[in-house]
Amino acid sequence: MTHAAQLEAIFAALRGTEGPLLPILHEIQRAFGCVDPAAEAAIAQELNLSRAEVHGVVSFYHDFTAARDPRPTIELCRAEACQARGVEALVPAAEEAAGTRVNLKTVYCLGLCSAGPAARVGERVYARLDATALVKLVQSV
Amino acid sequence: MTVVRISDDAAAQACGADEVAAAFAAAGATVERVSSWGMHWLEPLVEINGIGFGPASAADVEAILAGSCDKRIGLIAEHPFIARQQRLTFARAGKTRPLNLDDYAANGGWAGLIRARLLSPAALIGEVIQSGLRGRGGAGFPAGIKWQTVANAPGTQKYVVCNADEGDSGTFADRMLMEGDPFQLLEGMAIAAHAAGASRGYIYVRSEYPHAIAKLNAAIALAAQHLSPFEIEVRVGAGAYICGEETAMLNSIEGKRGEVRAKPPLPALAGLFGQPTVVNNVLTFAAIPHILLEGGASLYDSHGIARSKGTMPIQLAGNIKRGGLYETGFGITLGELIHDIGGGTASGRPVKAAQVGGPLGAYLGPDQFAIPFDYEAYAAADALIGHGGIVVFDDSANMAQLARFAMRFCAVESCGKCTPCRIGSTRGAELIDRICGSGSAGPDAVTALPQMHNTPGQPRSREDDLQLLEDLCETMKFGSLCALGGFTPYPVLSALKHWPEDFDR
Repeated sequence: MTHAAQLEAIFAALRGTEGPLLPILHEIQRAFGCVDPAAEAAIAQELNLSRAEVHGVVSFYHDFTAARDPRPTIELCRAEACQARGVEALVPAAEEAAGTRVNLKTVYCLGLCSAGPAARVGERVYARLDATALVKLVQSV
Repeated sequence: MTVVRISDDAAAQACGADEVAAAFAAAGATVERVSSWGMHWLEPLVEINGIGFGPASAADVEAILAGSCDKRIGLIAEHPFIARQQRLTFARAGKTRPLNLDDYAANGGWAGLIRARLLSPAALIGEVIQSGLRGRGGAGFPAGIKWQTVANAPGTQKYVVCNADEGDSGTFADRMLMEGDPFQLLEGMAIAAHAAGASRGYIYVRSEYPHAIAKLNAAIALAAQHLSPFEIEVRVGAGAYICGEETAMLNSIEGKRGEVRAKPPLPALAGLFGQPTVVNNVLTFAAIPHILLEGGASLYDSHGIARSKGTMPIQLAGNIKRGGLYETGFGITLGELIHDIGGGTASGRPVKAAQVGGPLGAYLGPDQFAIPFDYEAYAAADALIGHGGIVVFDDSANMAQLARFAMRFCAVESCGKCTPCRIGSTRGAELIDRICGSGSAGPDAVTALPQMHNTPGQPRSREDDLQLLEDLCETMKFGSLCALGGFTPYPVLSALKHWPEDFDR
């Protein structure tokens, strides 16, 4: 399927939805790994919005990115509860293991605050991480 | 055949519950995946005939089945952590399979909705007001009054929106409820819809909760007949903390930037798509089915103290030995929660501070641990209950760094609409750096400009900087549009007031 056909399929599936922009952006981010300027233009056309309006929404939310990052991503929680359980001490080792190969991303809270430090890879979550477990996780993705 | 019950809650999965469940299945046991009891330090918790074993690993399976495992904790229901609780909202926790309609109906499910639909909306709202239920999202506004406003507002299309954007660190009760008992949330929303005259509902869930999203979507499909004619749709957030603020959330559902709206108009009168909208937190809706049972409102009202009625699902998190979900009537003290129930810190070191109410909540020291858990008592101590999350820190915590983190967090997550929050947070972090001695000293490039002739001319002293930080916090507190900028001063000023030594250079 071409890029344009994929976009059209996403739009078609969500026509009739109230306030469809966020669902559309999630679908595009999932399908293409980013919401690039070409996709923004197509969305603007579909929803009868200006490109500035669409770009304003895309750039507001952390989940949408302008360019695809082909690297595997690990989200590491560094909010207060995980800080209280010592996540900051694990960060240098994790960063070293990640290098440029892995996208080690900070998130604020995965809701595993009683069992931190916690991390997430896709749909899988990990808790009670120590330096060894976190480095192993980084190396495994 | 042995029936083994293991939770499929995300916290249990993160601790390895799937591997344990697979090992039991391989050993020939029948595995039932149930909701979590909320004893997270024991996850993965294995239950066989009411007896618990935890924290279990796949290596323990043989010993558990043979009856020789030393991780046995006895009857789960009689465990002190569970037996001392007053569970109304989490009454089914640990007992039912989250997506099993038979389990739900057999444990009191749908009874509140069936009774509510026999009542007139006015009578229904009267019972919610009588129960004393206040919004559990943090603001503590009486739920019944809000519903009444929506019911009386003119409008052909009204909405019920559930705020499940649980972004506060140290909170996970919404997540546990959505993953463990999703039908209860749907039932509560359907009751609200009947009261307010709404036909459509949305649940706005943060994207960091993929398990909860999957469970809710499945539950909505399974329960459609029970909910009809009310329709519910799940909307997924996109990583913006500010969308937990109700008006930012409404903008986000509408497909806009998650910027805060000025109030008035109240969402109850002009909310989603400009229509009258009930906006409540997950725990508020989840408390409703129980309240709507015969006599439920007065039973709910009999728990708690003063104007804080009913029960609160409190979340024990951070550096705590026995972390998890503890639902109890209002009035319990922080000392009881942290020491008697939580067992002190996980690291074994002395407790230095506890942050109550998420990233915007105050840090409380051990000398304040006798304050009862109550909206007004906390407000009087310049603190807040918020969503009921408690994050415990041991004596290795640096309160100045945590105060700086609060400012940085506000800067990162600010929606940018109002100036005190957008700019004040960045200036606040810089000020804390300067006070702690790591920031730049002396006049900067801007203050040295000729047009800045009103500046004092000499570098600010430490006392000047402290005064400036307090002034800045004052401005943020009273000048911000919403709680993000308005409450960030709580953690900052409480840290400065109780642990000034941490701010020394």
